[in-house]
Amino acid sequence: MKILYGMQKPDEGTIAVNGEQVSFSNPGDAIARGIGMVHQHFMLADNFTVLENVVLGGEKLHGIGSAARRKIEEISDAYGLGVRPDALVEDLGVADRQRVEILKVLYRGARILILDEPTAVLVPQEVDALFANLRELKAEGLTVIFISHKLGEVLSVADEITVIRRGTTVGTADPANTTTKQLAELMVGSELPSPETRESTVTDVPMLKVEGLSLGATDPDGVVREVLSGIGFTIHKGEVLGIAGVEGNGQTELIEALVGMRTPDGGVISLDGDDISRTPTRKRRESGIGYIPEDRHRHGVLLDAPLWENRILGHVTEKPNSRGFLLDPKAARADTERIVREYDVRTPGIEVTAASLSGGNQQKLIVGREMSHNPKLLIAAHPTRGVDVGAQAQIWDQIREARREGLAVLLISADLDELIGLSDTLRVMYRGQLVADADPATITPEELGSAMTGAAAGHLEAAPEDEA
Amino acid sequence: MKKFDKDRLILGFAGPALALVVAFALSTLVLLISNRDPFELYRLLFEQVSYSDVQVLIINQAGTYYLAALAVAVGFRMNLFNIGVDGQYRLAAMVAALVGASVTLPGPLQIALIVIVAMLVGAFWAGIAGILKTTRGVSEVVATIMLNSISTSLIAWLILPTNFGDQAAGSNNLTTGEIPEAGWFPGLPLSPDAGEIYGFTFVAAGCGLVYWLVLNRTRFGFDLRATGASESAAQASGVDAKKMILTSMLISGAIAGLVGMPTLLGDTHTYSLDFPVGLGFTGITIALLGRNHPVGIALSALLIAFLDKASSPLDQFGFEKEIATIMQGLIVISVVVSYELVRRYGTRRQQQKVGEELAAGHALTTEKEAAL
Amino acid sequence: MSTEVSAARVAPKKGGGRRRLSLPVVLLIIAGALALVSLVRLISGANDVTSVGQVSGALELAVPIGLAGLGGLWAERAGVVNIGLEGMMILGTWFGAWAGFQWGPWVGVLFGIIGGALGGLLHAVITVTFGVNHIVSGVAINILAVGVTRYLSNFTFADAPGGSSKQSPRLEEIDKITVPGLSDWMQDLQQHHWFFVSDLAGIIGGLVTGLSLLTVVALLLIPVTWFVLWRTAFGLRLRSCGESPVAAETLGVNVYKYKYIAVTISGGLAGLGGAFLAIVATSIYQEGQTGGRGYIGLAAMIFGNWMPGGMALGAGLFGFTDSLKLRGGAENVHAMLLLLAILLVIVVFWQLYRKKYLTALISAAISALLFTWYFLTDQVPSQFVDAAPYVTTLLVLALSAQRLRMPKADGVPYRKGEGK
Repeated sequence: MKILYGMQKPDEGTIAVNGEQVSFSNPGDAIARGIGMVHQHFMLADNFTVLENVVLGGEKLHGIGSAARRKIEEISDAYGLGVRPDALVEDLGVADRQRVEILKVLYRGARILILDEPTAVLVPQEVDALFANLRELKAEGLTVIFISHKLGEVLSVADEITVIRRGTTVGTADPANTTTKQLAELMVGSELPSPETRESTVTDVPMLKVEGLSLGATDPDGVVREVLSGIGFTIHKGEVLGIAGVEGNGQTELIEALVGMRTPDGGVISLDGDDISRTPTRKRRESGIGYIPEDRHRHGVLLDAPLWENRILGHVTEKPNSRGFLLDPKAARADTERIVREYDVRTPGIEVTAASLSGGNQQKLIVGREMSHNPKLLIAAHPTRGVDVGAQAQIWDQIREARREGLAVLLISADLDELIGLSDTLRVMYRGQLVADADPATITPEELGSAMTGAAAGHLEAAPEDEA
Repeated sequence: MKKFDKDRLILGFAGPALALVVAFALSTLVLLISNRDPFELYRLLFEQVSYSDVQVLIINQAGTYYLAALAVAVGFRMNLFNIGVDGQYRLAAMVAALVGASVTLPGPLQIALIVIVAMLVGAFWAGIAGILKTTRGVSEVVATIMLNSISTSLIAWLILPTNFGDQAAGSNNLTTGEIPEAGWFPGLPLSPDAGEIYGFTFVAAGCGLVYWLVLNRTRFGFDLRATGASESAAQASGVDAKKMILTSMLISGAIAGLVGMPTLLGDTHTYSLDFPVGLGFTGITIALLGRNHPVGIALSALLIAFLDKASSPLDQFGFEKEIATIMQGLIVISVVVSYELVRRYGTRRQQQKVGEELAAGHALTTEKEAAL
Repeated sequence: MSTEVSAARVAPKKGGGRRRLSLPVVLLIIAGALALVSLVRLISGANDVTSVGQVSGALELAVPIGLAGLGGLWAERAGVVNIGLEGMMILGTWFGAWAGFQWGPWVGVLFGIIGGALGGLLHAVITVTFGVNHIVSGVAINILAVGVTRYLSNFTFADAPGGSSKQSPRLEEIDKITVPGLSDWMQDLQQHHWFFVSDLAGIIGGLVTGLSLLTVVALLLIPVTWFVLWRTAFGLRLRSCGESPVAAETLGVNVYKYKYIAVTISGGLAGLGGAFLAIVATSIYQEGQTGGRGYIGLAAMIFGNWMPGGMALGAGLFGFTDSLKLRGGAENVHAMLLLLAILLVIVVFWQLYRKKYLTALISAAISALLFTWYFLTDQVPSQFVDAAPYVTTLLVLALSAQRLRMPKADGVPYRKGEGK
C-alpha cells in the first residue's frame, strides 16, 4: 500500500491507473492521480478541528474558510459521513476520526480509496455504518481497496477479493461464491504447521493464575470500551499457553497488567500461589517473571548503551548484576559473554551498543537475559517479530528447552506458525475477552481464523464435516 | 574489542575538540572584527597561567565550578534541567553561614554541620521544583528559574539587620556574622605570594569520584541513567519514574548546596552581599562541555576558570575582558552542536563497523559455532 | 443485514475536564474580579491599586512581558520550545539602544527587532537543522547574548557621551498619546474612590493616558497574531508543525521551513519587547534590565493556554504585580494579601462543591494564614514585593499546568522522513 500511495518505490512491477501506467515518487503524485489513502494509524492533529485537518496542505483547493466548510458539508452529505467541520478531532471517537480521514481524501478529489485495516478498532455497529458509507462511495463510482484480516466483513462488503500472503498474491475469490473456510485456507494456507510430537511437559502445578481481569477505557464521546473483560486463565509449570488474536484486541493491555505497568480495574493475579495484583513491577520481575516485550526498542533495550548494560536492564537488583547496592560490572560482563555464547548473539563484542545489532540478535540477547534469571513465568509478546528465520528457530528452541525444565510460558503472537508450534494450550482473544480455546494438535485453520475474527467461539473442535 | 574502544575514545574526544576549535575560530573572528589582535590576546592569556597566584585562583575557582557542574550534570543525566543551581547554592550558603555563625562546635563537627545544612537547604529548594513537576506537571526549567529570583529576594530579606543579618559599623555590606575558626576549612598554602588552595577543593574532587561511583557502580545510578536514556524501558524494568525525578532533583540540589562551600569555608567565612553570583549558569556551560562525565567536567572547569581568571587583567593591555564571556557563549553553542553531530556520526559509524565485522567473521564465538 | 445507521450524531459530551470558556463568561469573570479588587481596595484603603497611574504603569510593564510571551507562542505553536527569549530580549534592548541613540527611536525599534530575530534564527539553526535539544540551545543563546552585548558595549556605549560599558546614553522617546477629554474625566472619576465605578474609571483612564505609540503597536500585534495563526493558510500550516508534524509532512507541508520562520519571528518579537524596555520604559539600555521577563513571558504564555488572548491576560497580571512593586509597593502588595485570602475562600467553597476535601482544607489553612498576616502587619517587606511577580508565576503554573494543553509536538525533536 505504501507503494500505491507513493511512499515507497517498487523494485519491479507496474501500476496502471485507468489504463495508464504510472509511477509515484511521493504521496503528492498519488494524490494528483486520484488515489487517497486512509491509514490504519490516523494522521490527524488532535487539537485541530475537522476543517483544519482536512484543508491542511490543500488550502488552495477551497481556501480555509466558509468555502471549505461548505465543500466538506457537501461531501459529508453526499456520502452520508455525518462529519461536522467544526468539531475538535480530540473529541471524536475512533469511528468518526476514520470518517474524517476518508473525507480528507475525498476532499482532494480521490477516486480510488485505499483503506488499511479500517475495522480493526471499530465496534460492530460502527463497522456497519462504515460499510454503508463505502456502499455510497461505490454507488458514486469510486473504487475502494479494503485491506483486512476479518474474513466475515470482507465477504460482506467486497465485490472482489484478492488474497496476499507473505508478500505474494495467492489467489482471488468471488465473494458470492466463497465461504469463510475457503478464504481462511487461502489466507493461512491449507496446511498448518504440525506440532512436533513430543512428550507433554505440562504439570498440574499452577504457576500463573488470572481471574476476572478487567480494564475499561472511556472514549471522548462517552463510548466505554471494554479493553479487557473478565479474563481468566491458568498456566501450569511446564506449559506454554498461547493466545492467538489479531492485534488490537487487548493483548498489549493484558501483558502490561501482568507485568505491572498498568493497573486493571478488577481481577486477581497470582504467581506461584502469591497474589501479585498490587505488587510493583520490580518486585514482580524479581519474583520470577521474565518479560520479552512486544516493542523491544521502547521496553526491551537501551539502544545507546553497551550490551553488558543491557544485560543488566530489568534485573539490576539480581545476581550477577549486583551485589548489595553496588553493581558488579565484571560479573555482568562475564555473564553477558556467556549469554552471547549460549544464545548465539552475533556481535563482535559486548561493548558495542544495542543499536548496532540486528533485530534478531537484540531479541536473542533479551531472551538470554530473561532466561538467565530462572524465571518461573515467561511472558513472551510477539517474541520473534522482526527477527530473521534463523534467530526465530533458535528462540523457539530456547523456549522449548526452558519449558522442559518447568518454565510456564504465556505466549502472545499473531504468527500462527509460532503459536501452533510452541503452545500446549491455545486460547483466542477477541475484543478483550478470551472467546475460544483449542488443542493445537488438532485445530484447523478455518476454526482458528474464524475465532480470531469473532465468528466462532467456545471450545474449537476439529470437525471435518462442518461448513462455516 | 580493542578496536571499538579506540573508536569510542576518538569519538569521545572529537566532540570537545571540534567544539573548541570552532569556538576559538569564532572568537578569533570576533576579535578581528573588533580590531583587536587575537594572537596577542591568546599570548597574554597563556602568559597569565605562568603566575602562581593566578594558578591558585584558577584552581580554587575550578573547584567551585566543578561542584556547580556536577549538580547540573546529575539533572542532565535524567533529562532534567536544573537551571536553579544558582538560587540553590546562594540560599544554601547563606543559611549555612547563619547556622555556622550562631553555634560553636569542635572543628570537624562545625564544618560538618555547615556542610550538611547547606546540602539540606539546596535539596529543599530544588525539591520544590521537583514536587511541582511530579505532582502538577510544571516544567522544571521555568520553576527553577523562578525559584532563583525568589531566592534572591528571600536572601535579601533574611540578611536584613532586623532579621538575621549583621551590619558592621561604617559599612554598607550586610553579612551573616563571622563563622568561628572551628568552621574554617584548612587550605593548602602554596607559597606566601601565591595564596592558599581551598581545602574544600579536594572535597569537590572527592564529590566527583562519588558522582562517578554512584552513577556507574550502583543500582540506583543504573536506574537513574536508564530513566534518562529511555523512560519507557526503565519503567518496564521496574523504575518508578516520579520517584526518580524527585530524587534526582533533591540530589542535584544537595550538590548545588555545596557550591558555596569552598568560598565560605576557605575564604570569606561569612555570607555577605558580595558573595559570588552566577556560578550556577557557568555550571551549565561546564556540564555541557564536559558531557556530564566527571573527568570531562574537571577539565572543562579548569578551562573556564582559566578563561575567567586570566582575562581579568586584560583591561590593562587594551583588551575588553568581556571577550571571555563571549568565548564562553561561543563555546557552549559550538559544544552542543558539535556533540550532536559527532553523536549522529558515531552511531552510524558503529552500525556500519559492526556490520563489517560480522561480515568479516569476527563475531564472538558462540556455542552454536563451537559445536560445528 | 445492515442495522440502523445513525449518521447524524448529537454533539458529543466533552470529556476530560477541559472547557472552552465563551466570551460572555470570560467578561463576567473579569467583572467579578474587578468588583473583588474594588472591595479589597475599599477595605484596605490602598487607593493606589487601581489608580490611573497604576494601570498606566501596569500596561507599560506588561508590554515587554506580553511581547516575550507572544514570541514564545509563535515558536511553541510550531513545536519549538524557546527558552532563549530572555537572550533575544537582551539583544533587542542592546540593538534598540545602539540604533536608537544614533538614529532615533523608531530606527532603534527596527534594529531591536532585527537583533532579536538574529537570535531566533540561530536558535532555529541549532534546533531544527542540528536537532539539538531545545532547552539546551535556549540556555546557550541566553549565555551568548549576555556575552555579546557586554562585549559590544565596550566599543559603542563606552565611547558615547553619557554612556558607559554598562549602559547607553539617554535615548529619545517615542511619542505618547493622551486622549484629552476622556483622560481627565476618568482621572476625576477615579479620585472619588467609589466602589467599582472608580476602579473601572482607573482602568480606562490608564489605557488612554500617556499611551506610547509602541504600546499601541504591541497591543495590535495580539489580534494580528490571532488572525494570522488561526485564520490563514500560513498559520494553519505553522500550527500543524507543532501539533502533528508527521501528519503535516504526509500532506506536503515543509515542516522545517515553517519552524524556521516561526522561531525567527519569535526572536523578533522578543527583540521588540527588549526594544520597548529600552526605548519606552526606561529610555536607556542597562545591563541586566530584562530581569527575567523573557521567562515570565513564557509563564504568561502557559497561563494563557498558548492562545494570544489568554497570554495577554497573563501578561497583564504579571505587569500589574510588577507595577504594584514599583509604586509604593509595600502598601499595595499588602492589600493584595487580602485579595488572595478572599480568593482562596472562594476556592475553598469551589473545592468543597467538588468534594475535594483535602485540598479544600489546605486552601482554607493558607487562606487563614494570609488573613492573619494581613491583619497583623501594615506592610509587606520590600524584598517580598520584589519576589511577587515570580511567586505569582509559580502559583499560576502550579495551579493551572494540568488543565492546559500545549501543542502536541512541542519540544519534540523532528527529523524529516519520520512519517510512515
